[in-house]
Amino acid sequence: MRTLLRLATAGSVDDGKSTLVGRLLYDSKSVLADQFDAVERVSRDRGLASADLALLTDGLRSEREQGITIDVAYRYFATAERSFILADCPGHVQYTRNTVTGASTADVVVLLVDVRHGIQEQTRRHLAVASLLRVPHVVVVVNKIDLVDFDEATYTRVSDEVLASARSLGLYDVATIPVSALAGDNVVERSDRTPWYEGPSLLTFLEQLSPVGSPHSEPLRFPVQLVIRPQQAAGDEFRDYRGYAGQITSGLVRVGDAVTVQPSGRSSTVTGIDFAGTALDEAFAPQSVVLRLADDIDISRGDLIVTSRSVPAVTQDIDGTVAWLADHRLVPGTKVLLKHGTKTVQAMVKAIGGKLDLEDARLLPADSLGLNDIGHVTLRLASPIPAEEYLHSRDTGAFLLIDAQDGGTLAAGMVGDALLDTVAEVGAAATPA
Amino acid sequence: MTLTDERRLTQLQWLESEAIHIIREVAAEFERPVLLFSGGKDSVVMLHLATKAFWPAPVPFPVMHVDTGHNFPEVLAFRDATVERLGLRLEVASVQDYIDDGRLRERSDGTRNQLQTQPLLDGITSNKFDAVFGGGRRDEEKARAKERVFSLRDEFGQWDPRNQRPELWNLYNGRHRPGEHVRVFPLSNWTELDVWQYIGAEDIALPELYYAHQREVFERDGMLISVSDVSQPREGETVEKRQVRYRTVGDASCTGAVESDATTVEAVIAEVAGTRLTERGATRADDRASEAAMEDRKKEGYF
Ligand SMILES: Nc1nc2c(ncn2[C@@H]2O[C@H](COP(=O)(O)OP(=O)(O)O)[C@@H](O)[C@H]2O)c(=O)[nH]1
Repeated sequence: MRTLLRLATAGSVDDGKSTLVGRLLYDSKSVLADQFDAVERVSRDRGLASADLALLTDGLRSEREQGITIDVAYRYFATAERSFILADCPGHVQYTRNTVTGASTADVVVLLVDVRHGIQEQTRRHLAVASLLRVPHVVVVVNKIDLVDFDEATYTRVSDEVLASARSLGLYDVATIPVSALAGDNVVERSDRTPWYEGPSLLTFLEQLSPVGSPHSEPLRFPVQLVIRPQQAAGDEFRDYRGYAGQITSGLVRVGDAVTVQPSGRSSTVTGIDFAGTALDEAFAPQSVVLRLADDIDISRGDLIVTSRSVPAVTQDIDGTVAWLADHRLVPGTKVLLKHGTKTVQAMVKAIGGKLDLEDARLLPADSLGLNDIGHVTLRLASPIPAEEYLHSRDTGAFLLIDAQDGGTLAAGMVGDALLDTVAEVGAAATPA
Repeated sequence: MTLTDERRLTQLQWLESEAIHIIREVAAEFERPVLLFSGGKDSVVMLHLATKAFWPAPVPFPVMHVDTGHNFPEVLAFRDATVERLGLRLEVASVQDYIDDGRLRERSDGTRNQLQTQPLLDGITSNKFDAVFGGGRRDEEKARAKERVFSLRDEFGQWDPRNQRPELWNLYNGRHRPGEHVRVFPLSNWTELDVWQYIGAEDIALPELYYAHQREVFERDGMLISVSDVSQPREGETVEKRQVRYRTVGDASCTGAVESDATTVEAVIAEVAGTRLTERGATRADDRASEAAMEDRKKEGYF
């Protein structure tokens, strides 16, 4: 059974990200002959002796004209065991916007470091974004190992530095791999030029990575997308059918389970789980299904069906961390729309609590936020939502801020003090009792 | 299914669930969605997903076909039978009408894929469609690789790749101003192989020309073109009967067939898994013209 893993790549310019992605695509045989022919042609035109695999990920003409990559690109490759969706996030311009976007859906961040330069300002920022967005896994590719003669000591020094930095940001599950993206060492096959390295190649690592979270251990969360009520349209059999369509964001639901609907707080029992004509006994995240309930309670789009064993409180006041993605500045008093799950409500920015210094994970004083800033905001909502700490839930803890006039996406938001909480925990754990 | 912790979706189930979520979001948040339906395999899969998304209710939006007038007859027949079976309303935006009344001029090479943009945009405007489902996939082409799932178009239907909304988590933002619309791509994360495996797993019917059959073809620009009213061999092009199938169906005058023995869906899956050419590179003369052909057309409002 083939499963799927979502990756996001990150790194500073020239660390070799394009080369690495090109090699992953090429060596996993995801590059087809006509694509490769085009790359060979361009490489020849540029006077290169062999095909430059980095060209496989070459972007739009408008980007080539400026010599920069401006946007996240999605790439696909597969092995016998797994399919991979790779969000290729350019590192320089708009790096917050791009890495936050890529990280928001990623199971693993693949971060590149040039072994000759070691940890850079960008590296720490990317680690901080991975921590902030609570990406389950991080793997650091220590690249260009060929340029230091495959030297173990140099690799170990960089690796130790990276791991220490990651720990200070609350990231414990971090792997490092010595790689030459250019020559292919430890990308797909383990290299015999790094005999001192005992771990897997990057691709093997990605294939073996266990998916995080199990439907069992998490409480049911089911945002209602729409109510399915065919009335006359589907024949007599379904005249009285009433079901709630949605995608389970966490947990597991079984027929007979007691559930509560937020924000109303009403309770009922699951009498049926339907999927396109099939009646299921149970369903789990991230399945899209239709739930039927015993009681005819008022439920509509925007409501959240949860297990009655763990009911999130509803609130109109939110303290959150936002990555500000718009050109104009965010100031207190601004009115916006907030999208949480399937619900959109009006919101007012009551206060800005500071701006995050990502390198040191500290809060700096700020009374406004600019493009690519990450900061703290206090929001007052026009109606209550069942918001949970992002720390505990990547789904019910996430929100968007949207411009009420032109509809643009202004910010990615996370309920709670995500990064600072993590760093505080690290600090507390490090302090002897 | 066992009661261990092995509750994991396969990659096909995952993709299906994601697509259904997207389709439902659109139905819930937009006033007048429409699904682009040509009878081609990606649009057939998309429509199949829509029927699953709303069961037992019918699909709550109409479908639209931008008809080049250069059709494969069996694809048109399939289109009509499908629409009939599902009880859907079909809008047709006809390139031929535009040529007949002079709003569009036939291109010198006689091909019509590029001529679809204006009828498509006019069809969207005149019907006041605010969300338009397309079957585009990000693995098809490098301009598509940067496309959002919800992709905003201005009042001229244009795509601005430099100014796209960031798309975070699975929180899609479909807000738009009057006159703007949103193109929605539920199959964004699917590859050609995923589409075929899904067709196999779900036993989805397709027009017969997707499977290997005998056909009169001639070779042009390295592609096998079918002999028909709209594609006649020129001097020096010889007609032969070959065993072929189609990987995409578009303008019949410039969509190439590939030689194939794959008469069943299993055989097609095996063929696609081992194939060495991209779908577009193998079969679309118009995409081979320039490195940025698709980027340019997309900016103007193409699919
Ligand atoms: N020697 C060596 N050079 C590399 C390696 N990986 C990338 N490079 C080179 O580093 C430069 C920048 O690589 P590129 O992939 O374009 O970096 P990006 O900006 O991170 O995408 C290019 O000249 C690559 O050929 C490597 O593992 N070893």
